[in-house]
Amino acid sequence: MELYISEFSKYAIALLIALYTFESFAVFRFHTERRREGVYVRQYIYMFLIHLCCFVVICFETGNIIYLFFYAFQQIILFAATTLYKMIYPTCNRLLVNNMCLMLSVSFIILTRLSEDKAKKQFVIATLALIISLFVPFLIHKIRLLKHLKWLYTLLGVGALAVVLILGQTTYGSKLSYSIAGITFQPSEFVKILFVLFIAASLYKSSNFFDVFNSAVFAALHVIILVCSKDLGTASIFFMTYVLMVFVATGKYIYLFLGFGGGSLAAYLAYSVFRHVQVRVQAFIDPWSVIDSAGYQITQSLFAISGGGLFGLGLYKGTPESIPFVEADFIFSSIAEEMGLIFAICLILICISSFIMFMNISMKMKDKFYQLIAFGLGITYIFQVFLTIGGGCKFIPLTGVTLPFISYGGSSMLTCVLMFAIGIGLSIIREEERELQKLKKKKRKKRNKAEEVALSEEGDLPDAEGESEYDEWTGSGYPQSKDEI
Amino acid sequence: MMSGPEADTLSQKTKSKKRPVAKRIMGITWVVTLVFMAMIGYITYYALTHEQELMNNSYNGRQQILLSQNRRGTIYAANKEILAQTLVDENGEEYRDYPYANLFSHVIGFSTNGKMGVESQANYYLIHSNAPLSQKASLDAVGEKYPGDQVYTTLDVELQQVASTALGVYKGAIIVTEPSTGRILTMVSKPDFNPAEIDKIWDELIADKKSTILLNRTTQGLYPPGSTFKMVSALEFMHQNPESYENYSYQCNGTIKRGEDKIQCYHGSVHNLIGFERSFAKSCNTSFANIGLSLDKEQFHNTLDTLLFNKELPLTFPYSKSSIQVNKDTNESDMMQVSIGQGSTLISPIHLNMITASVANNGELMKPYVIDRVENSAGMVIKSFSPSSYGMLMTGEDAAALKDLMTKVVTEGTASRLDGLSYTAAGKTGSAEFGTVKGDSHAWFTGFAPAENPEICVTIIIEGAGAGGDYAVPIAKRIFDAYFGE
Repeated sequence: MELYISEFSKYAIALLIALYTFESFAVFRFHTERRREGVYVRQYIYMFLIHLCCFVVICFETGNIIYLFFYAFQQIILFAATTLYKMIYPTCNRLLVNNMCLMLSVSFIILTRLSEDKAKKQFVIATLALIISLFVPFLIHKIRLLKHLKWLYTLLGVGALAVVLILGQTTYGSKLSYSIAGITFQPSEFVKILFVLFIAASLYKSSNFFDVFNSAVFAALHVIILVCSKDLGTASIFFMTYVLMVFVATGKYIYLFLGFGGGSLAAYLAYSVFRHVQVRVQAFIDPWSVIDSAGYQITQSLFAISGGGLFGLGLYKGTPESIPFVEADFIFSSIAEEMGLIFAICLILICISSFIMFMNISMKMKDKFYQLIAFGLGITYIFQVFLTIGGGCKFIPLTGVTLPFISYGGSSMLTCVLMFAIGIGLSIIREEERELQKLKKKKRKKRNKAEEVALSEEGDLPDAEGESEYDEWTGSGYPQSKDEI
Repeated sequence: MMSGPEADTLSQKTKSKKRPVAKRIMGITWVVTLVFMAMIGYITYYALTHEQELMNNSYNGRQQILLSQNRRGTIYAANKEILAQTLVDENGEEYRDYPYANLFSHVIGFSTNGKMGVESQANYYLIHSNAPLSQKASLDAVGEKYPGDQVYTTLDVELQQVASTALGVYKGAIIVTEPSTGRILTMVSKPDFNPAEIDKIWDELIADKKSTILLNRTTQGLYPPGSTFKMVSALEFMHQNPESYENYSYQCNGTIKRGEDKIQCYHGSVHNLIGFERSFAKSCNTSFANIGLSLDKEQFHNTLDTLLFNKELPLTFPYSKSSIQVNKDTNESDMMQVSIGQGSTLISPIHLNMITASVANNGELMKPYVIDRVENSAGMVIKSFSPSSYGMLMTGEDAAALKDLMTKVVTEGTASRLDGLSYTAAGKTGSAEFGTVKGDSHAWFTGFAPAENPEICVTIIIEGAGAGGDYAVPIAKRIFDAYFGE
C-alpha cells in the first residue's frame, strides 16, 4: 500500500508541478487580472494537490499521522494568504501571490523531510512574514514619501552591514549574522531591499553622470563591507543589481561595460587575494581532485542531482544529509534527488515566471521610481536564484547563498516575502495608472472632439490608441502622451 | 534632494525616453531567461548522462542506501549459467557467491574493495531494482529486500574453461571475441584468484607491491608484440607499394646489420631467397627489418594512429594504452626493431585482438563488450546493449590481403599446427623477446576461424613460454576445437 502510494505520488507530483508551471507561463497570454482568474484557480488546485500528495507520503514514510496536523496548519496559512490578497487587493498581481505560496509549500515539504524542527521554525516565520506582507502593498501605495528617503535607506543599509562586520558572529568564515535578544538576524538579507530602494530613489529623477557617481560611491560602500565580511555571494548580488539598475535608468552602455569591466577586475583581485575564493574556484574547475576537502560539498550535490532521475527517489528515499548545509545552500539538490529532475526544473521555471512578472510590471510602470524598484527587486531575486542553483550544479562557482523562499533561514524568508509583497504593491499601482490612463483617454477623446469641432485646423492630435493595442508582454504600443500623471 | 516641481519637469524629460527603458528591461529579461535555459539544459544533460558514473563513485553514499533496499543482482553467462550471485547464510548475512571460483576472476571481478570487472561496470544495474511493483509490495510485507536487476554477459563458460585449462600454470592472457559483433566470449588472465575470498586476500595482495594478480592482463598487460606486429608492418608495406609488393624478394642469410645493430631470425634460422608472402608466413625477421627500412615514417605514423597505437581504446574495461615510437626522426636501428615488433613497442592483448578482429571483419572494428543486457527479476529487459561499430581500422582490400597472408601462416608457415583441420584458421604467431637474457620470449598467437567467414577471433599470450608456434598455437587449436565442436 505504502509502496503504491509513494510510487504513484512521484508521477502525480511531477505531473501536477508541470501543469502548474504551464499555467504560470500561460498567465502572460491574458492582459487583465480578471481574465487570469481561471489560471489562478487552477494553479491553486495544483498547488493544493502537490502539497497534499507530499504530506500523505511523509505520513506514510514516517508512520506518523501527526504530520497531517502540521499540513493542515500550513494549508490554512497558504489558503488565507491567497484569499486575503485577493480580497484586500482585488487588482493585485496574483501570479506573484501564487508562486510565493507554491514555493513556501515546497519549502515546508522539503524542510519537514529534512528536519522537523527547522520546518516548524520556518512555518512560524513564514506565517509572520505573510501577515506583515499583507500591509506592504498598502504602505507602498500610500506612502509617497518613499521617493525622498534615499539617505535613510543608505544609512540604514550601510549601518546594518557595518554592525555585522564589526560585531557579528562568524559562521564558517563569513560574518553574516547578528543576535538581538536571542533572535539571530542576517541583516544583509533585509539590506537587499533597502539597497534597491536607495538606487531607485537616487536615479529616478535624473540619471546624469553626477547622480550615477554619487550612487556608485554608496553602492560601492555596501559591496566593500560585504566583501570584508567575506559574504561574496551577497556582494555579487548587490553589484549585479546596481550595474543593471544604472543601465536601465540611464540607457548608457558605457555603464554596463564599466560595471562588468570593474566587476571582472574585482573578481580577479578577490581571486588573487582571498584564499577561500581560490579554493572555491578550484572546487568549481575540478571538484573530483579535491573530493575529500573543498570539492566535497559540490560533488555530493552533484551526486544528489543526478541520483534522483526524472521522477526522484521519493521523499525519505535519498541521502540529503550527506550534503553539508543541505537545508540552506543545497536545498535545490535535495529537491532534485527526492522529488526528481522534472520537479526541480519546474521550480526553476516558476522562478523565471516570477522574474518575468516583475519585469513585466516594471516595463509598464509610468512612475520611474516604482519602475526601478520593480526592476531592481526582480534582478536581486533572480540573480540569487541563479547563484544558488548554478553553484549547486557546478554551472558557476559556489557562492553559498540561499534559494529564495525555499531554503531554511528566517531573514532570507522574510526578505523574500517582503520583496514579493512590494512587487504585488507595485502591480496595484500599475493597475491604477492604467485605469487613470483609460479615464484620461476618454476625457481626451471628448475634449478632442470638442476641439476638432471648434478649431479643426489645429494639428498635433494626441495619440488615441485603444486599450486593445496595449500589449502587455512586449511592452510595445505604449501610449506616449505628454501629459503627466 | 530636489523638490516637487523640479522633479516633475525632469520626469517630463525622461518621459519621452519611456519606450527605450521598456526595451532595455525587455532585453535584460531575455538575456536572463536565456542564461537560465542554458543552465536548465546543462543540469538535465549533466544529471542524465552522468548518473551511472556518479553512482559508482565511492564517495557516493547512495550505493549503500540502495544495497540496504535491494539485494545485489545476479550475473549470468550467455547460456544463463550463474557467474555471481548474492546469497544469505544461516546467520542471515549476505555474501557474494562465485560458483566458478577462480575461472572468471578478472572479467567478473568483485563487488567490494573498490570493485573490478563486470561487478564494477554493471554496478549501477546490479544495485538497482526494477522488480515489478507487485513483487516489491509483497516483499515489503514480509520485510525482504527487493531483487536487484540481473546482468547477462556475453561470456561462454565452456570456452573460458578450455582457455583457462590450456593456459595452465603459465602467466598470460587469452581473449576470444566475435569479430562481427565485438562480443567478448572469453577473457582469461593468469595468475588468477577467487573473488569470493577477496576480502581475505586483499590486504596481502595490496601489501605485496610486486603482485600482479589483480592485473587483468588481457586489457592492462603491456607486452612487446614481437612478430605479431608484422601484420602492421605488412599492412604498411602494402599501403606504400600497392602495385609492387607482390614482387618483393629478399635474400635472408639469418642476419641484417645497420651500423652496430644487428637483427637475427628467430633461433638463428636462415630463410634464403623469400618473397613477401613467405616472409610473413615464415616470420622472417631480417626480411621484415629490411621492409621496415624502406617505409616512409610519416605515413607509417598515420597508419599507427588509425590502428589506435598511443590512443584511447573503445573499451569499458580499465586498460593500458599501447605505445610505439615512429616519427620522422626515428633512426634506422629503431625502424628495424619496430618493424619486427621489438624495441620499445608495447601492446595489450585486447588491442592486438581488436586489430585482428578488424582484419576478420573486413576492416571494421566492432567495439568489444561484455554486458549483453539487463533484466529485472521478472525477466523483462531493462536495457540491452547491441553491437556497435567503432569504424574502419583499414579498408576492405587491406583486410582481405592481410587475411590471405594470415591464412598462409597456417597453411605453410609458423602456425601449421592449425592446418588440415575441419575448419580453416588464419593468424599470426609471435615470439616476443623480453628482458636481457637471450632466448627468453613470450609466446603469441592472434588469429581467427573459419578464415573464409570468421566467427571467432582468438588472441593468446603466454609469458616466458618460448616460441608462439610451439606454445600459443596449440592453445588456439584447443579453443577453436571446442568452439567448432571437434
